[in-house]
Amino acid sequence: MADTITLLVTRYRPDTEAEPTIAEYEVPLRKDWAVLDGLNHVKDQLDGTLSYRWSCRMGICGSCGMTVNGEPRLSCATFLTEFAPGPVRVEPLANFPIVRDLVVDIDDFLRKLPTVKPWIVRHVDWVEDGEYLQTPDEQSAYQQYSMCINCMLCYSACPVYGVDPDFLGPAAIALAQRYNLDSRDHGGADRLDVLVHPEGVWGCTFVGECTRACPKGVDPAGAIQRYKLTAAMRSVRALLLPWGAR
Amino acid sequence: MTASRSRAYRQAVPRLWWLRRRSYLLFMLRELSCVFVAWAVLFLLLLLTAVGNGRVDYQRFLDWAAKPWVIAVNALALAFLVFHSVTWFNLAPKAMVVRVPKQMLALAPKAIVRRLPEGRVPGWLIVAQNYIAWVFVSAIVAGLVMWSGS
Amino acid sequence: MRRRARPIEPFLWLLFSAGGVLAALFLPVVVLLFGVVYPLGVIGPPTDPGLHALTAHALTRVVIFGVCVLSLFHWAHRFRFTVLHGLQIGRLDRVVSVFCYGAALAGSLAALVVLMRI
Ligand code: SF4
Ligand code: FES
Repeated sequence: MADTITLLVTRYRPDTEAEPTIAEYEVPLRKDWAVLDGLNHVKDQLDGTLSYRWSCRMGICGSCGMTVNGEPRLSCATFLTEFAPGPVRVEPLANFPIVRDLVVDIDDFLRKLPTVKPWIVRHVDWVEDGEYLQTPDEQSAYQQYSMCINCMLCYSACPVYGVDPDFLGPAAIALAQRYNLDSRDHGGADRLDVLVHPEGVWGCTFVGECTRACPKGVDPAGAIQRYKLTAAMRSVRALLLPWGAR
Repeated sequence: MTASRSRAYRQAVPRLWWLRRRSYLLFMLRELSCVFVAWAVLFLLLLLTAVGNGRVDYQRFLDWAAKPWVIAVNALALAFLVFHSVTWFNLAPKAMVVRVPKQMLALAPKAIVRRLPEGRVPGWLIVAQNYIAWVFVSAIVAGLVMWSGS
Repeated sequence: MRRRARPIEPFLWLLFSAGGVLAALFLPVVVLLFGVVYPLGVIGPPTDPGLHALTAHALTRVVIFGVCVLSLFHWAHRFRFTVLHGLQIGRLDRVVSVFCYGAALAGSLAALVVLMRI
């Protein structure tokens, strides 16, 4: 095994450049080094001006998402040896504006997320009754969706979000389902309006790339299809029983 | 912060984005299968029109369908239709979560219940049912058509 | 691409889904028989009177009508989004929708006429 590998890193310095460029760095190739370790080596030893986000380096914080050799990946969980002998292309996440180098602007998602009320909505609150109990079965109904770390790999993989930035997008819908399927939650009706908007679930064509990209096994594509069925059934019921209680 | 945002670089989606990745291309081909679904309906309606018009027209339809270009189109259509069926059946369990009713779970043997994660019918079983239905429907249609004309 | 909420969207999706199922189940065998097997002469095609009797049966006609209509709406919905996303012309959604669902509706009427005439 060669002892170095070449990183082709996208650089973008908005104050001096109109467009991103590519810089080449030679970094040590070690068995236990992730792409993020390579970038840290660049920043510490070769070029201190390189900007990128990271924090936990263990797949929890969701801040280190990048496009590695064309695929959206967590750079802390993607090992350099996977790409030996190299070179490895390291680009910012697709579908988001580049703020600088590998840092992208995810404000769009942060604006959309609260619209689906990703918290437990209660219409009756009996605090004096103590905690809201839940059986293991009830918990497993939503657990998968609660694993999301907001890493945005799914948005970056989703062509529908690329061509239609108003699309609510995979993680936001999966997180809505996270709470819709929670036995303690009463917010399903509140979330309905946002989710059944044409820019909600109906814009999704089930490309399935979000699920493939997700590092946490959330399966946003499945969540969206399931919600389509739920919403459609509601509409049918509302049509057949216009007077009925929803 | 705002200043740097306004200078953020917008990454445009390439015109031919669906050629950029194998999975995107397969997705596009899956979606384009709908064109052949429409073609199959048109072809079926032409056949039925001919059948409705009587023997002469039916024979004319058969002759037309035997032209090389029509056979070629139909062979292509068949490939896309099968692609549609396979992708459709395989993805079905994603959209449908079939839960086994609680009472049935209580009756079923423990060994089976343990294999139903969260009391759900496992995805592979839904897929298997789809394929069985496909074989069944195809056999009935083919059987009826062949038997009707013999 | 801001669009107003359209309450018809879930019904279009249901038609798309139902059509997807029926097209997947029924259409391959039809095209296999009449588009490939008979034209290639692998086996002889059914004779006219028999096929006429089969397709004139009320039940057959209802099934064929259902397959045709739902398959056409399946096409319409899928084609709409393929065009909107594939060509990146989301702002033309209204025009594309009118064309797609309109064509499906016209095709359904044609199917009705054809099936009544058998
Ligand atoms: S759903 Fe998965 S890919 Fe999307 S933001 Fe959450 S963890 Fe990341
Ligand atoms: S650094 Fe936290 S997920 Fe990679």
